[in-house]
Amino acid sequence: MADVPENAPDHCPGTDSEDAGKTSACQGCPNQAVCASALPKAPDPAVEEIRERLSSVKHKLLVLSGKGGVGKSTVTAQLAFGLARHEDTQVGVLDVDICGPSIPRVMGLEGEQVHQSGSGWSPVYVEDNLGVMSVGFLLASPDDAVIWRGPKKNGLIKQFLRDVDWGELDYLVVDTPPGTSDEHLSIVQYLSSAGLDGAVIVTTPQEVSLLDVRKEINFCKKVHLPVVGVVENMSGFICPSCQGESQIFPPTTGGAEKMAADMGVPFLGKLPLDPRIGKCCDEGKSFLSVEPESLAAKAYKEVIQRVEEFCSSHSNKENVLNPVE
Amino acid sequence: MATSSKADGAADLDNMSGVRHVVLILSGKGGVGKSTVAAQLALALRQAGKKVGILDVDLCGPSIPRMFDVEGHDVHQCPGGWVPVYPDQDQRLALMSIGFLLQNRDDAVVWRGPKKNAMIKQFIGDVVWGELDYLIIDTPPGTSDEHISVVENVRQYHPDGAVLVTTPQGVAVGDVRRELTFCRKTKLPVLGVIENMSGFVCPHCTECTNVFSKGGGEALANQFNVPFLGCVPLDPQLTRSLEEGQRFVDAFPTSTTAQAIGRVAQTLLQTGGQQETMETS
Repeated sequence: MADVPENAPDHCPGTDSEDAGKTSACQGCPNQAVCASALPKAPDPAVEEIRERLSSVKHKLLVLSGKGGVGKSTVTAQLAFGLARHEDTQVGVLDVDICGPSIPRVMGLEGEQVHQSGSGWSPVYVEDNLGVMSVGFLLASPDDAVIWRGPKKNGLIKQFLRDVDWGELDYLVVDTPPGTSDEHLSIVQYLSSAGLDGAVIVTTPQEVSLLDVRKEINFCKKVHLPVVGVVENMSGFICPSCQGESQIFPPTTGGAEKMAADMGVPFLGKLPLDPRIGKCCDEGKSFLSVEPESLAAKAYKEVIQRVEEFCSSHSNKENVLNPVE
Repeated sequence: MATSSKADGAADLDNMSGVRHVVLILSGKGGVGKSTVAAQLALALRQAGKKVGILDVDLCGPSIPRMFDVEGHDVHQCPGGWVPVYPDQDQRLALMSIGFLLQNRDDAVVWRGPKKNAMIKQFIGDVVWGELDYLIIDTPPGTSDEHISVVENVRQYHPDGAVLVTTPQGVAVGDVRRELTFCRKTKLPVLGVIENMSGFVCPHCTECTNVFSKGGGEALANQFNVPFLGCVPLDPQLTRSLEEGQRFVDAFPTSTTAQAIGRVAQTLLQTGGQQETMETS
């Protein structure tokens, strides 16, 4: 994956190749001399630092989705609230959506600031056992736009992983931006040696969304990231006045369940579209504690339980990915 | 050169010179309906007798091919560059998206910034649009590589400005505020804000529920002193027609959404017309 630099000329043989610096494509490449010298390339020292920093985190989960606005941040927040329901389970949420951080809002932490201590950045705590870190905490005003290209975003993600003092954690849930680009590659690369448990993939039922999610699953396969399962969000809307159910986003191609079966990944469950979930998110509350008896809360609990089962059945050590050279 | 259908030689030098107006569709948040609004707007402008093109620069999640039921079409090469895909017979709607360049519809485009920038540059420079009244550029969510590249590359063509799409809930509005700051920093004029998915009429009891609350877009537009272009309701029938691969083009004119979007298109036509008179005077 990291073998051919992104700005390399066409037909670059790859920096680790035996032909590095020797093929015709290397002529005129500014790094030709470096490649040809055949000195072993040192791995990014940050990978090792991140591994050490995160060695106190038992389970690391990514929340991914090819499409935007399907509820990644909502699912991340509610998953974190749900995992943290036992007081002795320590949970952390890391928001790497640099350009559109939603986590501070949906977890009720807008306007909070990050504090620096001797051991790094301290996360912002919602509860004693639930810490949050997001680029949103670093902005002076909610209107500030982070207009950054890839390399700068990667630098911040590295810093988030290396410099945040999480302490002992049972779960670290990472919320990502939509797509399959810089942020995703970086987080997978940096966490490769620290060991990622897997990815929870969020989608809505309609084909336009599934189309992008298939790409995301292929991304996971490309980077050898295990898939915990697929969550279908906004599946069916229950009218609050007549209890009639309608499909706002109709699953015309069989929905996420069929897609998960086709792609050979587990299906974690369906979460209905309930206006109260959106309201809880706007107010930054835990839906599970505001409406514990609702159908949606029950669906959430089942999904959370499946995620917990997945994590407990997979010891962290088994899932150490091939370290990126 | 003799095979070129264009009358003037200038168009051969620059593929964008036949494009009169450039409009960007932006939104800080994903899944608020940028592509849907882009498609609807294109159709509304086409109904008004204009020639319209859509450029989809969402490289990691292109939705435009699906919306026009032209998945699997290929882009052809001509001496002047890439020929866009025409979903209609009289070729008054031209499309270009990375979806047409992928071999398999499930292929993931796992690219970092610099590669995406090169692709966007190529999309803007190398597509033979011909004569177009409007070029609508559909973007991915956020304020990053794609957006910076698009704005940099279209600046020389003097874009009309950006239409911002939001849904009414607080989380989406928050992201759109950042997008407004982006427009301000890059000196891109804001044509206005559209509030999408505002209200859902239950087909069982006709009770209107604000699934994603209401009024956020208008409040935002007022606060930032930019025009509010209108609300577009959630329309399950339209989503269904889109989903079933039925021609969006055929289903669109009769839907309720068409009226809401029609007003937005009128605003665009008016501001566009004003600019033209200003330029000529």
